[in-house]
Amino acid sequence: MSMKPAIQAEEVSLIYGQGATAVHALDRVDLSLASGEMLALMGPSGSGKTSLLMVLGGLLRPTLGRVQVQGIALDPLSETERARLRLSHMGFVFQHYNLFPALTALENVQLALELKGYPLDGADTLLAEVGLAPRRHGYPRQLSGGEKQRVAIARALAGDPSILLADEPTAALDTEHGMAVVELLRRIAREEGRAVVMVTHDPRVTRMADRVVSIADGRILQ
Amino acid sequence: MAGVLAWRNLTHDLSRFIVTMVGVVFAVVLIAMELGLYQGFTTSTTTVIRHTNADLWIMAKGTRNFEITVPIHDRELYAAKSLECVDRAEGLVTQFVPWKKPGGGDESVFLVGFDLNSGLAGPWNLVDGDLEDLRRSDSIVVDHIYADKLGVSGIGDRVEINRHRARIVGMTQGIRSFTTSPWVFTAARTAQRMGNFEASDWNYVLVDVEPGCDPVRVQATLKAILPEADVHSVDELAALTRDYWVFTTGAGASVLVSAILGVVVGVVIVAQVLYATTVDHLTEFGTLRAMGAPSGFIYRVILGQAVISATIGHLFGISIAMALAEASETGTVLVVVSPAMAAWLFLLTLAMCVAAAVVSIRKAMRIDPAMVFQR
Ligand SMILES: Nc1ncnc2c1ncn2[C@@H]1O[C@H](COP(=O)(O)OP(=O)(O)O)[C@@H](O)[C@H]1O
Ligand SMILES: [Mg+2]
Repeated sequence: MSMKPAIQAEEVSLIYGQGATAVHALDRVDLSLASGEMLALMGPSGSGKTSLLMVLGGLLRPTLGRVQVQGIALDPLSETERARLRLSHMGFVFQHYNLFPALTALENVQLALELKGYPLDGADTLLAEVGLAPRRHGYPRQLSGGEKQRVAIARALAGDPSILLADEPTAALDTEHGMAVVELLRRIAREEGRAVVMVTHDPRVTRMADRVVSIADGRILQ
Repeated sequence: MAGVLAWRNLTHDLSRFIVTMVGVVFAVVLIAMELGLYQGFTTSTTTVIRHTNADLWIMAKGTRNFEITVPIHDRELYAAKSLECVDRAEGLVTQFVPWKKPGGGDESVFLVGFDLNSGLAGPWNLVDGDLEDLRRSDSIVVDHIYADKLGVSGIGDRVEINRHRARIVGMTQGIRSFTTSPWVFTAARTAQRMGNFEASDWNYVLVDVEPGCDPVRVQATLKAILPEADVHSVDELAALTRDYWVFTTGAGASVLVSAILGVVVGVVIVAQVLYATTVDHLTEFGTLRAMGAPSGFIYRVILGQAVISATIGHLFGISIAMALAEASETGTVLVVVSPAMAAWLFLLTLAMCVAAAVVSIRKAMRIDPAMVFQR
């Protein structure tokens, strides 16, 4: 197993806005995550979890500090280069699924495959992997919350990303379906060797993570 | 998949799609009808000129349109007749004259007196009667469109024109006037009498150039030998007349302004509905950007939506407009929607949709992907 971390954040600070209205969302955060590891990011609402996830995903530039993804420093990259990096290395899972309502489950996954330059026939396999093969022709509005989140995970797995970033993937689900989704994410980390960051504030979910990092007021609590 | 996503984004919500299409179709119909009215107006102003078989028209100096002229004389007629390369030359009499309806009441008509033998001018859509009957004095031809307005029902009806008795011997269908005065066709001699002209007075001399001769050279010669007159080709007289009615009269100006307003309102409607279709899917474009989709993919989706909307909207809109234009052929107001106009209108619709899409693309590209995480 390579010792080089999949994601590494050093001294990352993030300030929204300027002057009197500035918000210190992240304060000198250090974080490192290996391939095959599932990390749960815990913290109350407004503590900076989403901000950290976006910084790690290259969607936001930190005000200070450095982020490396698979050994590539994000700082010098242009917007286009970051987008390309996300496309080739990362999969995203959102709290509200963010599926395309006009596309079926299968087409949602195919879209991601096309964007990542993979053959579209891989979509069936990905949906089977999350246990949704029988529902592949359903539209998002015909699927339950748990099913939608599994489609979203299949979509995030399109193109074989080495990193999965999930923002409160279970928040909209009941316990049973929430646990099934976390179970799935853990399997994806363990068996497929991907690095998974999962934001949550549900203590039941954190028990299944390899590592729990707590954050409050933008700072990591040791 | 960009095309699939564009199509599905548009059609997924059927009622939303119908609203969008109604917007585009309405804009297309509006623009087509306004331009069609303008086209119909300009066509109507020159329709009689266009339906003559003459190459050149001789008229009083300074004539600005077909309807209003001062008479010229036999001198011009014989000068033209005697010229080399001139096949036929005949006088034409045109006059606004009062018309007394058989049942009482007055109208104004525009009398056109033409030479019966030369075939250079005359009504072209005769549906009842025979033009030969115009050889009998006092006989006239009117159009079915204006039968009600003129208080007549058909052949045999007797009326009074400028205090002269007249009898209908033929009816045309679809020779429409753009003024309030319907056309009334008759023989040149009859028109001279009804208009109280001398037998040597004409409004125009129509000249047909022999095949093989150059009309431009004949025109130059005529101009040289008739310095007191204007000599125009058919196209020149048509353009003169059209421009006069469009640009110097209230009627033309209002049709022109309506046409321009129609285009402006149409553009605004299309911009609105097309902009809305992008804004409807802003979250999805945010998701695409968060995933790392290249901008080109997002452009293709939004432009795809625009092209689909333009194509479907134009197809329905122009069909409706063409049906309305066809229906107008038997009415008093002519709307002309030509295939060329339909083609131009497609390009215009496409341009409007794409322009609206380009504006909305900026909105989609400026959206913060963070919005996808924070709702
Ligand atoms: N775009 C923004 N502009 C200004 N402040 C923001 C913005 N996004 C988040 N914040 C603030 O930053 C802090 C961290 O927010 P966030 O990362 O969303 O926390 P969490 O995901 O843990 O709830 C909060 O105080 C929030 O109000
Ligand atoms: Mg959050």
